[in-house]
Amino acid sequence: MNRYFWILGAFAALAVLLAVGLGLNPRDIPSPLVGKPAPAFRLAMLEAPDKTFGPEDMRGQPWLLNVWSSWCVSCRDEHPVLVQMSEKIGVPIIGLNYKEVRGDGEFDMGKLSAEAERELAQKRANAWLDDRGKPYKLTAMDIDGRVGIDYGVYGVPETYLIDKDGVIRMKYTGPINPEALQKKILPLLAELKQ
Amino acid sequence: MIVRALFFAFFFAAIGVPISAQASSATEAALAAADDPVAEKRLQALSKELRCLVCQNETIADSNAELASDLRREIRGMIHQGQSDQEIIDFMVARYGDFVLYRPQVKGATLLLWGGPLVLLLIGVSALFIYLRRRAGRVGDTAAPLSAEEESRLAALLKETDHP
Repeated sequence: MNRYFWILGAFAALAVLLAVGLGLNPRDIPSPLVGKPAPAFRLAMLEAPDKTFGPEDMRGQPWLLNVWSSWCVSCRDEHPVLVQMSEKIGVPIIGLNYKEVRGDGEFDMGKLSAEAERELAQKRANAWLDDRGKPYKLTAMDIDGRVGIDYGVYGVPETYLIDKDGVIRMKYTGPINPEALQKKILPLLAELKQ
Repeated sequence: MIVRALFFAFFFAAIGVPISAQASSATEAALAAADDPVAEKRLQALSKELRCLVCQNETIADSNAELASDLRREIRGMIHQGQSDQEIIDFMVARYGDFVLYRPQVKGATLLLWGGPLVLLLIGVSALFIYLRRRAGRVGDTAAPLSAEEESRLAALLKETDHP
């Protein structure tokens, strides 16, 4: 009898272990950038292509950096949530448009000049925001994805919460849904706003 | 007939995509190798040590994901700038974390990962050892010397079988 308890116990332990494993999201990889200063960059703004934006422009206030692209399917689900939250969270959301043209896979990049790619990226990004609303204070255009590499972007959308000292406090991978907004993002934002 | 044609169209569309992706990464490598074979060898070796975060069980060397090709381009650039292998690995870990290392490092947090199989083996071997010792003990019990009464019964029984 005793022996069967052992076997049953071992089986139950294994089942619990596997159940926990199944519940984990393999895409949710902890970012080493949390707790570190947001990597510096200067990128042209979508709204004013002759001007640039960098994280140091946001010093003194908490803000969100949301990585998006018009070819990103999950961004479609996320966008209405961003539009809604932008009206009530009281901190600016900055867009980082990631590889708008070359990330799409629809274009033969060998035939597209840098200039043509930039123009096409602006056109597509603007069309997306005109269609679906503008949650962003501004959007920085990461045409070739170099800044994305510095931020460890591996899947769009991704969102970074950055405090008033320019330190990344959280990275949220995947589309923000109302639940994640309530449970993860808003509590930290409330803390950062103090 | 139309259904069959549609099936084939889908089938070839489905297998066509990975084939073209492979072709492009092969041409990318061929072009770069012609340019600088030594750097390309180093790139190959390095990208076998790094995990592609998009298709998590592939290395950057094997993966056709776009991020992998971006990272290969990044590594190529860093090799040309004269950075050491360690510097390049550190660059990746600083951005993507330890998960980017295809072979996890041995350190506190990965102790269970590396030591786990050994611990399981030890548990198994000691369980087997204890079981065998207990069984040997039980076999020993039955082989204990017989009492005088049992001896005489045994002798009687043996006699019986001698003369059927």
